Amino acid sequence: MAKYLLLKHYRGAPAAVNDVPMDQWTPEELSAHLQYMEDFAARLEGTGEFVDSQALSPEGTFVRYDGEGRPPITDGPFAETKDLIAGWMVIDVETYERALELAGELSAAPGAGGKPIHEWLEVRPFLAAPPTITE
Amino acid sequence: MDEALLRTLTPTVIGILGRRGADFAAAEDAVQDALAEAVRVWPDDPPRDPMGWLVTVAWRKFLDAARADTSRRHREVRAEGEPLPGPGEAADDTLQLYFLCAHPSLTPASAVALTLRAVGGLTTRQIAQAYLVPEATMAQRISRAKRTVSGVRFNQPGDVATVLRVLYLVFNEGYSGDVDLAAEAIRLTRQLAAKINHEEVAGLLALMLLHHARRPARTGPDGRLVPLAEQDRSRWNTRLIAEGVDVLQTALTRDRLGEFQAQAAIAALHADARTAAETDWVQIVEWYDELVRLTDSPVVRLNRAVAVGEADSPRAGLAALAGLDPALPRHAAVAAYLHERDGDPVTAARLYAEAARSAPNLPERDHLTRQAARLNAQLRS
Repeated sequence: MAKYLLLKHYRGAPAAVNDVPMDQWTPEELSAHLQYMEDFAARLEGTGEFVDSQALSPEGTFVRYDGEGRPPITDGPFAETKDLIAGWMVIDVETYERALELAGELSAAPGAGGKPIHEWLEVRPFLAAPPTITE
Repeated sequence: MDEALLRTLTPTVIGILGRRGADFAAAEDAVQDALAEAVRVWPDDPPRDPMGWLVTVAWRKFLDAARADTSRRHREVRAEGEPLPGPGEAADDTLQLYFLCAHPSLTPASAVALTLRAVGGLTTRQIAQAYLVPEATMAQRISRAKRTVSGVRFNQPGDVATVLRVLYLVFNEGYSGDVDLAAEAIRLTRQLAAKINHEEVAGLLALMLLHHARRPARTGPDGRLVPLAEQDRSRWNTRLIAEGVDVLQTALTRDRLGEFQAQAAIAALHADARTAAETDWVQIVEWYDELVRLTDSPVVRLNRAVAVGEADSPRAGLAALAGLDPALPRHAAVAAYLHERDGDPVTAARLYAEAARSAPNLPERDHLTRQAARLNAQLRS
C-alpha cells in the first residue's frame, strides 16, 4: 500500500470546467455536493483506503524567522495571486493508478447545475519509510 | 459493568491515596492502573465493595511503582510509616481535585486534559481521541500538567471560577470520538454541584442542561446545522429542560447573579417558547444587558444585537451592531442575518458569502454558504 495526498486548491490550480462559486449554486446543488463528498469518504473507509480528510480556512499567513531575539516576520494574508490550499484527503491504496482513479472520482463531485465540477486535484505520493530489505 | 459508575469513584480513590501520603501524580497513575485492571477483572469477578477493591488495588499499584522507582524510596518509607486512615471519604477530597486540575498555573488545554483524566477517570487514549491528537501527545500534555501542579499543596482552597471555565471548555468541545464530552462535562459539573453550594456552579449546570436538551434538534438527518428558529422543538429533551430550569431558578433566588446564570436564563427563555415566534425577545435583551454589565464582552454585544433585532426591529439590531469591530468572529454572519430581515437580500447574500469564508468550522461554513446560495437563487428568479 502507498499513501497519496489529494490536494484541493482555492487558487493556484487550473480553472475547473464547471467553475461557479459555491454561493451561486442552488441550496439543492450544495446539498448534493456535500452528500457526494461524505459518501465518497464513507466508501473509502469501507474499502480500507481512507486515512484522513481536512479542510482549511482560506485565511493564512506566511511566517519566517528573523534572527535571535526578534519576533518572526509575517507576510499576508495571502495576496490574491498566490496558490492557496483548500483542503486534502489522504488515501492509502495499492497502486498509483488507483490513486488517479479516486482523484478523478472526487473531481467529478457535482456542482452548479448538478453537473460535475471537473476541478483539478493534485495527486502527490508520500515519501514513505525505507523498506527493511533493500537488496 | 457500568464504566461511568466506575469512573465516578476515580477522584475519591485519588483523594484517599493522597491522604495516605501518595503525591498527586503517583496517586493518579496508580488509580488509572487500578481502573484498567477493574475493566479487565470485574466483568468475570465483580467485587462486593467496588470502592474498597479500587483503594486496595490502587494502593498496591502505588507501592509497586514507588518500590520500582528508587528516586521515590524516601517518599515510600514516609508513606508506609504513617498510619493508614480508613477508606472513608473526607468531604472535600474530590473538590480539592477539581481545584488542583484547574489550577491557574495550567494552560486551558492542560487543565482540560488533567480534569478529564484525574476527575473524570477517562484514559489518555480516550481523551486523545476526543481531541483528535496522537495518544503520545496527550500523554505528554498530561504528564507535564502533573509536573506543573506537583508543588501545589493538596489542601489549598481554589477558585471556583477557574474550575467552571475548564468545565465550560469541555462542554463546548461537543462530540467527537467515542467519548461524549458534553455529557461528560455535565456529569462532572453535576458532581461538583453536589459538593459545593455555589450559584455559578448551578448556573453552569443549568446552562449545559438547557443546551444539551436541544442537541437532537440541532443537526438535520444529513448532518447539516439547523438554526434555533428552524429546530423541531418536539425533539428537545423536556426532562433536561425541566431540570435545567429548576436548577437555574434555585440559583437565581440567591440573588448573586453571574455570567453563567445569565446565559442559562437566556437559554431557558428559548426553551420556554413553544414556537420561535413565541420567544420572549424583550426579556432576552434584558438578560443580555445584564451579561454586558457582568462581562463587557464584545461577543455578548454581538449576540445582543441579534436579540435587539428580534425584540425591536432589524434596523435597531443593525444600530446595535454598528459600534462593534467587524473583525469579531461571526460579525458578518450576524450582519447578514439582520440585513436580510431588514429587506436587503443583496447585502445579506454578500455578507453570508463573506461569513462563510471566515467560518471557524465546516458545519457553520456549509450553513452560511447555503444561506448565501438561497438568497442568490431568490435574487436570480
